[in-house]
Amino acid sequence: MPPVLAFAESRKGELRKVALETVTAARQAADGSGGGEVHAMLLGGQGIAERAAELGRYGADLVIVVEEAALQHYNPEVFTATVAERLRSGGYRAGFFPASAQGRDLAPRVAARLKVSLASDVTGLELQGDSVVARHPAYTGKVIVTLRLKGTPALLSLRPGSVTAVEQPRTARIEKMAPAMSPADAKLKVTELAQRGAAQLDLGEASIIVSGGRGLRAAENFKLVEDLAAAIGNAAVGATRAVTDDGWRPATDQIGQTGRLVSPDLYIAVGISGAVQHLAGMRTAKTIVAINKDKDAPIFKIADYGIVGDLFEIVPRLTDEIRKARKDH
Amino acid sequence: MKVAVCIKRVPDMEMRFSIAGDRKSLDPSGLKYEMGDFDGYALEVGLQLAEKQGGEVVVLSLGPDAVQETLRKGLAMGAARAVQLKTDEVPFDGLAIAQALAPELKDGGYDLILFGRMATDSANGTVGPMTAELLGLPCVTAISHLEIADGRGTARRELEGSAETMEFPLPAVLTIDEGIARPRLASLKGIMAAKKKPLEVKPAQLGEARLVVESMALPPDRPPGRIVGEGADAVPELLRLLQTEAKVL
Repeated sequence: MPPVLAFAESRKGELRKVALETVTAARQAADGSGGGEVHAMLLGGQGIAERAAELGRYGADLVIVVEEAALQHYNPEVFTATVAERLRSGGYRAGFFPASAQGRDLAPRVAARLKVSLASDVTGLELQGDSVVARHPAYTGKVIVTLRLKGTPALLSLRPGSVTAVEQPRTARIEKMAPAMSPADAKLKVTELAQRGAAQLDLGEASIIVSGGRGLRAAENFKLVEDLAAAIGNAAVGATRAVTDDGWRPATDQIGQTGRLVSPDLYIAVGISGAVQHLAGMRTAKTIVAINKDKDAPIFKIADYGIVGDLFEIVPRLTDEIRKARKDH
Repeated sequence: MKVAVCIKRVPDMEMRFSIAGDRKSLDPSGLKYEMGDFDGYALEVGLQLAEKQGGEVVVLSLGPDAVQETLRKGLAMGAARAVQLKTDEVPFDGLAIAQALAPELKDGGYDLILFGRMATDSANGTVGPMTAELLGLPCVTAISHLEIADGRGTARRELEGSAETMEFPLPAVLTIDEGIARPRLASLKGIMAAKKKPLEVKPAQLGEARLVVESMALPPDRPPGRIVGEGADAVPELLRLLQTEAKVL
């Protein structure tokens, strides 16, 4: 069977969680359709080659490393030229990207360069002979579209969190590749990469998200949400559009159709009524908990577990109980 | 400054959708339509640039004659003229659309070509960067801040947990995230003026669709949830369920 390619996203020399998810998805898709090798493609600045072995742990047979000082930051033109060149010359069945900010920028450029099909923000897929079938939530998540991708290589970008990274260890071969165009010839340059917040866990990387809405009444009350996230540990803080529009939280914290689309293992909605636009961003969470004073709020229709009542009493109690439980272990 | 803004007519997302008899499209009965959310932001960015730096905004839309209503709205907001690339059906494949847009945009003499970050119906976000690639133009996607001066641009885009600033020469293609500039409401004067502004209709030369819709379905209902209880006294039971039943804590 011809190989499949997985684009392994990195930032500041570190693999992102979506890189491991992308390699896992490629491995599973290949193994589920007659086998074939998984090749991971890793582009970055000096030292990026040291991250290659980890991609082998998640199922890559070969890691193609493009190590170049000027690729310390994402460079759309060089990345497009180089990934497209590899896909063109390598006889691949399919190419996998994350539907992250970077992946959603890169994959369409590569597809247009190669004149091949691309399905975006995919939550499930199957390789079938010489075509691919993919599921994609559209219409603010209210409609699931099943798409057929014709021709090879078929490209897919995978919604972060829709695949769980699973170790399938092997010792990956390493192949060095030069960029397909000189970074000096790129018209567009990343001049700054600014980290936001102090080492705050990103919404797309977190397996647990605690999210707040208007029910919190004021910006300072978000401390309740932050405290709960801190007590859980390894949890990120999100917000509704109403809250980010009001400036209680930065726009980048917004979960919803016009913000981030997330699929965590656990989503705790605090003081969120459940507007369509918000549900579109989190309805694929595996377990949803809602805390709201209005028993008729739409959020309770999609929540697995709900508590009706005053969040200003319930949330501090929940934080306390979790702290206690953590101490006992 | 000559700015093209590509806009899409999409159903109002607040509506309840149902699937048509062919199992691969939406039942159109009762649907209301509007300009895509992000397209409104893109148009506002274009209008503000043209106002500040001089120049004009052209709105383009691909689709059946019904898109003329969306184009008229763009004209009412302040665009100088409109182009409809006529096709009975808008394909789901972004590349097929980009291949129709690129030749139309190529010789238009545009300094900037703007798109919304994505259409809210198909939710692909591919047509902008694909069009840029076909035109060989620099492109920044999903931008939240923009400055244009002396034939160069600086744009910021939000990433997960950080932000990227990019510099590029004009002409360029940009896709616009929400929040960058709140779309204006069309004034009555604007609505009246729009009726007289030029709206050109051309046949769309769509590319081959390699991405096709096999079926559409409403998402499966989540298994019915339950109210664990009322008030803070329900917290221990919630915690027990999360630990032993859902096994997520």
